Amino acid sequence: MQYSDTVMEHFRSPKNVGRIENPDGIGEVGNPVCGDMMTITIKVKDDRIEDIKFETFGCGAAIAVSSMVTEMAKGKTLEEALKITNKSVAEQLGGLPKNKLHCSNLGADALHKAIMDYYAKKEGKAKEPKKFEKVDYIGEREGKCYCPYCDTELLTPAPFCKKCGKPLPSK
Amino acid sequence: MELIYFDHISGTPLHPHVKEAMIKYIKENGFGNPSSQHRLGDMAIETLNNARENVAKLINAKPEEIVFTSGGTESVNHAIKGVAFAKAKKGKHIITSNIEHQSVSRALRVLMRMGYEVTTLPVDSYGMIDPSDVKKAIKDDTILVTVMHANNEIGTIEPIDEIGKITRERGIVFHTDAVASCGNIPIDVNELNVDLLSLSANQFYGPPGVGALYIREKTPIFPLIDGGTQENNQRAGTQNMIGIVGLGKASELARIEMPERMEHLQNLKRYFLSKLNRIDDIVLNGHPEKSLPGLVSFSVEYVEGESMMIMLDEKGICVSTRSACASGSLRASHVLIAIGRDYATAQGTLLFSFGISNTMEQIDRAFVELEETIRFLRNISPLYKKKK
Repeated sequence: MQYSDTVMEHFRSPKNVGRIENPDGIGEVGNPVCGDMMTITIKVKDDRIEDIKFETFGCGAAIAVSSMVTEMAKGKTLEEALKITNKSVAEQLGGLPKNKLHCSNLGADALHKAIMDYYAKKEGKAKEPKKFEKVDYIGEREGKCYCPYCDTELLTPAPFCKKCGKPLPSK
Repeated sequence: MELIYFDHISGTPLHPHVKEAMIKYIKENGFGNPSSQHRLGDMAIETLNNARENVAKLINAKPEEIVFTSGGTESVNHAIKGVAFAKAKKGKHIITSNIEHQSVSRALRVLMRMGYEVTTLPVDSYGMIDPSDVKKAIKDDTILVTVMHANNEIGTIEPIDEIGKITRERGIVFHTDAVASCGNIPIDVNELNVDLLSLSANQFYGPPGVGALYIREKTPIFPLIDGGTQENNQRAGTQNMIGIVGLGKASELARIEMPERMEHLQNLKRYFLSKLNRIDDIVLNGHPEKSLPGLVSFSVEYVEGESMMIMLDEKGICVSTRSACASGSLRASHVLIAIGRDYATAQGTLLFSFGISNTMEQIDRAFVELEETIRFLRNISPLYKKKK
């Protein structure tokens, strides 16, 4: 297998699996169409991540990334946690195979989303997502996925297109 | 830890008799060029003829209709491009299905860039092509129909004989990619009504890197590799003698042992399926009856295939997945999408392919690990939680 020992360790016995009940923040990223899905829930106390859990549908790398990012964020202040990047997660895992680097993008994205969700809730201005005409497919040709609205190639599974910002269908 | 190999569709282990035959040839000759005029050449020719006869017998062809190649992919490329080039003046329309192996679909993609027109026919939810669709798709300038015999991802066996009747009536060349099926189920090129058939040794206990293309007499076709006059002017270059010895022996053994092999594989498959029945939310892929005897494709809802495959590998169980991730592309298998699986389900697909040396006990052991793996990964999956 092309995975590092650290990746395999986290895949075999992932840390912080599950979903926190009544979490202070939720971050959901990805969609199963193009690969993986990840949900991170956090409990915050005194601006510090007291508890963090994840659920992931995805390949071995995606599961290891989830486990690693929760380990890295646990006990950190929100400010510190926001500094965790996809790159630092991949580095902590001893690297990822080239074709799996997109999996590492999910980890920090989900964490950051959970923190932003916490801030939004705290400030009481949880934003309503903008309404768009809904589509239920992702464009696909020659092994690549494309945004159904603006036709930009989707390199990373994400709930939104990075170019036009419109929500992507989850199925 | 005993290794359990359930990935015969990716390559079969060498049969002990095949291994012996190859070693014997290396010891006795090993380097003689069949194109040489001296005695070493004669020895090599005899070896070549013997192997050719065995391959021919396996598919009820004449020895002179067998061309040795470097394997299934070369055979398929030779068949498709060879006919397309030879018949270019007559027409440029080719018919195929949407579940073909990449060696077919990518060869056709190149031809499309060169100005050929390709009609890709759909399949039903079992992955079965409708012969009447082929009939409807035929045009005046149709030169070739290429449909696989058995699908390598879901095992479905296509109605090749019926398609062959149609192409024969219309005088159109018909190729079938029989790489996944040849040597595993009976094949008679005359009953199948095919003009060209591709096969590969390492799908039936021969070595990798060697295969053959059956070319019916008088089929218009150009060689893919040009040079000397080897292989009846159809494949230039000195033959891969050691590989061909292995292919010949594997063909002979497949022909003799086929009934008992098939029965054994069918028993293993039936046993595995009866166990699989116990797990919730499993979707079986492929035709329930018209399917390769040793192959089971199933999708496990709410989990991803690669993670299951690696976890089983950790426990010494080798299986295959058609997950998008494992193939290095982000795309789910085109075959699973063609039979109507949604993307998430297609991502959770595993492929178990049994072989002649597998046992019920191995299935028992693997199954315990499979159940444990699915439980473990579903526990992590957000999709499973949403379902509940």
